[in-house]
Amino acid sequence: MLKKHFRIVFDFEKPVVELEKKIIEMEEYARETGINLNDDLKRLTRKAEALRKEIYSKLTPWQRVQLARHPDRPYTLDYVKRIFTDFVELHGDRYYADDPAIVAGMAKLNGQPVVIVGHQKGRDVKENLYRNFGMPHPEGYRKALRVMKLGAKFGMPIFSFLDTPGAYPGIGAEERGQAEAIARNLFEMSHLPVPIVITVIGEGASGGALGIGVGDVILMLENCWYSVISPEGCAAILWRDNSKAPLAAEAMKLTAKDLYEMGVIDRIIKEPAGGAHWDPDGAAEILKGELIKEMERLQKLDPRELVNLRVEKFSKMGYWIEKNGKSTSKKEKKKK
Amino acid sequence: MGVDMDWFKKKKGISTSAEKKSLPDGLWIKCNKCGEIIYRSQLQARMNVCPKCDYHFRVSSKEYVQYLFDENSFQEFNAHIAPGDPLKFKDTKKYSDRLKAAQKKTGLLDAVITGEAAVTGYPVIGAVMDFNFIGGSMGSVVGEKIARAIDRAREQRKPLIIVSASGGARMMEAALSLMQLAKTSAKLSQLAEAKVPYISILLDPTTGGTTASFAMLGDIIIAEPGALVGFAGQRVIKQTIGQDLPEGFQTAEFVLEHGFIDLIVHRQEMRTTVGKILDLIWGQNNASEPTTETSAKS
Ligand SMILES: [Zn+2]
Repeated sequence: MLKKHFRIVFDFEKPVVELEKKIIEMEEYARETGINLNDDLKRLTRKAEALRKEIYSKLTPWQRVQLARHPDRPYTLDYVKRIFTDFVELHGDRYYADDPAIVAGMAKLNGQPVVIVGHQKGRDVKENLYRNFGMPHPEGYRKALRVMKLGAKFGMPIFSFLDTPGAYPGIGAEERGQAEAIARNLFEMSHLPVPIVITVIGEGASGGALGIGVGDVILMLENCWYSVISPEGCAAILWRDNSKAPLAAEAMKLTAKDLYEMGVIDRIIKEPAGGAHWDPDGAAEILKGELIKEMERLQKLDPRELVNLRVEKFSKMGYWIEKNGKSTSKKEKKKK
Repeated sequence: MGVDMDWFKKKKGISTSAEKKSLPDGLWIKCNKCGEIIYRSQLQARMNVCPKCDYHFRVSSKEYVQYLFDENSFQEFNAHIAPGDPLKFKDTKKYSDRLKAAQKKTGLLDAVITGEAAVTGYPVIGAVMDFNFIGGSMGSVVGEKIARAIDRAREQRKPLIIVSASGGARMMEAALSLMQLAKTSAKLSQLAEAKVPYISILLDPTTGGTTASFAMLGDIIIAEPGALVGFAGQRVIKQTIGQDLPEGFQTAEFVLEHGFIDLIVHRQEMRTTVGKILDLIWGQNNASEPTTETSAKS
């Protein structure tokens, strides 16, 4: 149904939001006065739906980046609540600390015990300070690995949700081995003998995202981005100008569609019209179906085969040219 | 730490075209650290380490191959793998133009060379990155060549040595560069399972995605003195925390102190030290016939 509050409205959303507001006003007016406006309301609602569909079907990459960051977008725990049951959150890396920027735990999916890890952003200032805006420290990656290994030990499939503006760039993070923590996770996740299903649910910024992103299947919600650096970071380095972020977003081919074509992700998951932030329940419903499907498919594979396929999957990624000896003929190797 | 006389002797016959690329022209060079004016041939005889303060100058991959591996032992493979421009990436310049310029400047197709080689008589598989090629950044070609080097080390059961000199993942291949972190790390998990040793050597600088993947996954991790080793860029950290960074932050000495590398080794001692480690870790295995249980191709 329609949202009753419009906390953050992007420019490109304005026409549809204006219309939604008008509909709400009319509904209230009809209620108060008892006048029957049903026909008009129906017509306007249809118009709003069509408008929303139209606007969201041709977003620029930069607009998608903004959507991926929308503060009303469901975060890991929002999906956990809607998709899984019996969630028990587990804390701490057993070395140094508990990092609230990554959540980890056990739960059931469709009755089956599973392990969950995911980046966690906050929704307001206080929450965001606590969650460090979803930017993990090394202890976050180490907690995730500890819990994933628990899953592997007891044969529980792993579900990982990616949504981070990046691993935290700070002094403590460097002192405690941010790079080592991420590298270790890539290494270990590539051979855990249980199914690992990755879903990009918001922002997939670089090693900070990939640090819990190695798996058997990579799903990506429609309005997300995933790349080697944020568009702002890329613009600052290559253009020497942060304001060129929209250009960088374009150049980096960071949308779900681009990544699917490049063979980096396996499937794009549709979001409800207008994006997951308009309808978190609907988004979770769609995703739940996909997660169950993937779990059932992957559980049929022998663990050895599963791991081999996983390594092979990442081995194929990339684009290079094999030059044959001195000849100028190029054998192009392109995936998907 | 004395001059390696063997090195001095054999250096005479080697073309100096590679050196010219990493050092400014002229007979004299000023040390970046102590300001000492050094005679070029004296510096080269000392593997480009300052005779006064031991500052390790940045060197090309071809030079490092000469320093680390036994004389004439390096036989390059997969030299034919070249970069493309999958995203048709353009910032202020076209990526394809940047590639051409880097290829012309370095004489390399991309930022890593891989080959079969030997260290103090031990056959090894080596990969040496080159910072002169777009900051030693890792794109698809670097990832693929390193992945194939790892495969070869596993199949031939030869210790793997990767020498990193890299600012991180290459932005102009975006997500494809990022996935090379996963690719190389996944391949290393297979190498580890096959119980073939991997020695990671970190040169100045080793940061970003390179550190967050294979560089930090060595059974043994060695850095050169003073090398910059870290994850995030210093400018980004400074901006984020809004204060100055402590003295010596993200140096080899800093990461050693915090427990993330095994040792720091002077360039002139590197070959001997790696040889000693191979002797300990691999000497036994190497004496007997290699087992074939893990030779399955992936
Ligand atoms: Zn000096």
